[in-house]
Amino acid sequence: MACSPDQQGSSNRQMRVLLRDIDVKGIETFDVYRSRGGYSALEKAVRELSPADVRETVSKSGLRGRGGAGFPAGRKWSAIPANGDKPILVLCNADEGEPGTFKDRLLMLRLPHLLIEGIVLCAYAVGAHVGYIYLRGEFADCLRVLERALQEARSAGYLGENIAGSNFSFELHIHRGLGAYICGDENALIASLEGRRGWPRRKPPYIPVFIGLYGCPTVVNNVETLCNVSLIVKNGADWFAGIGTETSKGTKLFCLSGHVNRPGVYEAPMGTPLRELIFDLAGGIRGDRSFKAVFPGGVSVPILVEEHLDTPMDFESVPKAGSFLGSGGMIVMDDTTCMVSVALRCEQFYASESCGQCTPCREGTVWMTQILERIENGKGEKGDIELLLDICKNMIGQTLCPMGDFDAAPVESTIKYFREEYEEHIRGGGCPFRS
Amino acid sequence: MGKGVFSDEVMAKVAEIVRRYPHSARSAMLPLLWLAQREQGYVSMEAMEEIARIVGVAPVEVYDTASFYHMLHLEPAGKHEIHVCTNLACMLRGGMQVVEALEQRLGVKVGETTADGLVTLKQAECLACCDKAPVVQVDEEFVTDVTPEQLDRVLERLR
Repeated sequence: MACSPDQQGSSNRQMRVLLRDIDVKGIETFDVYRSRGGYSALEKAVRELSPADVRETVSKSGLRGRGGAGFPAGRKWSAIPANGDKPILVLCNADEGEPGTFKDRLLMLRLPHLLIEGIVLCAYAVGAHVGYIYLRGEFADCLRVLERALQEARSAGYLGENIAGSNFSFELHIHRGLGAYICGDENALIASLEGRRGWPRRKPPYIPVFIGLYGCPTVVNNVETLCNVSLIVKNGADWFAGIGTETSKGTKLFCLSGHVNRPGVYEAPMGTPLRELIFDLAGGIRGDRSFKAVFPGGVSVPILVEEHLDTPMDFESVPKAGSFLGSGGMIVMDDTTCMVSVALRCEQFYASESCGQCTPCREGTVWMTQILERIENGKGEKGDIELLLDICKNMIGQTLCPMGDFDAAPVESTIKYFREEYEEHIRGGGCPFRS
Repeated sequence: MGKGVFSDEVMAKVAEIVRRYPHSARSAMLPLLWLAQREQGYVSMEAMEEIARIVGVAPVEVYDTASFYHMLHLEPAGKHEIHVCTNLACMLRGGMQVVEALEQRLGVKVGETTADGLVTLKQAECLACCDKAPVVQVDEEFVTDVTPEQLDRVLERLR
């Protein structure tokens, strides 16, 4: 598997915590997972810890959401209104669709029980009795693995009535999406789970812990976040808080793709410099070409370039460099890459995936696609760059969900760092990268 | 019950799906639409009416939802679907060439179905296999690190 970089002699900065057992044969099965200490955290929790203890442990660990926003998980869980009369629901966001991101898919395929254990721990901590894994529709292989794992966990008494002999009961189901990038937005995800179009809703409330699925308090966490919960309860908050930086704790799964020698998922402490991820772990740029740019957290965040290579990859440092940690999906581009065609492909994607509710995103993505198409095809006009920037300005912060910002990021940032390349397309009447 | 959309056998599965949503039957909408497509090859008007009855909403609400999702077809499509990822990570590693190769071999453009109704060719957005780009999804199976020879084998298998 491409996720076994250790065997390729490049483990200098890898720190495998989540992925410790990823290469263990049969780790996706209950028996093997159990034999490696699996479900001991859940047993400990339901027998020895109160739900408040678990919330406290997760808060103290400093765990922040791995879906892109970095919201503190413990704070989210503790915000659930106490003594409310509505049921509390737990959702696992497994709708991994951010281009360049493939870590949750790996976790689900290889470590489904680590995820299930984390979800049940979350449910115990917040007092939920029903939960759903919102699984991206395209992931038929993950569906098969998860269905089997749920069955196994149920038979072993870790799901359903009286979990691990306690009086806590929790039922977990898989809800399969049917193809819609926007459903990765937690409010769109909730609408989709309610049997509607995946339409994000107006804020506030900013997070669904107050009003979520069916209007009930709802905790939504990403796959990687929930997998971390199992380890935190097992090894303690201090152990987790000892990894990473002051404000970004733990490890992060980084997905390296594009023009690198060894694409794959690499686990490294938060704060690992961009340069080490690209040049040590992923083996550098393939074919002896040189590095040009990288989307550090999926295509929804601004690109970073050469001058940013020493940026520590954590929630605080990447924004200082002008981008975001995002999902950890890092698409690396070498010097043969045309930045106009990159921006164009991103906007085609956004035009296809815009839910259509907000005018700036629905129309803006189509306009930008058309303008970028004509620049790439040698029909760009003077003023097109300014026009693109103007459209970006009218998207950022102007939509219900963050997608307006996502739409603008690839265009605005490629113009920022490679404006000359855009000008060359317009001046020369074509793409200089096409021979 | 059934009206030709869901057989008695499938109706048992329908009941099992609805049970997963103790708080709202409407939540069964997506899984039921998917079930209908699996049974009929696409989501027909009759299926949407049947689903509306099962989850207790107006048929137009089922249509409203169904028309939003890429994986649902409201019209008959090819027996098999080939989705080629051309999103950035695959584009950087030859995804567009895979599209061209398939267009040539199948004699159709993206979005079209072969004359014999066997294959519909589609362009996919990121399929989350970027470390094994370029990637193609054939029905529910992923084919990774795609080469032209592999495409021949894949097409052979479908025929």
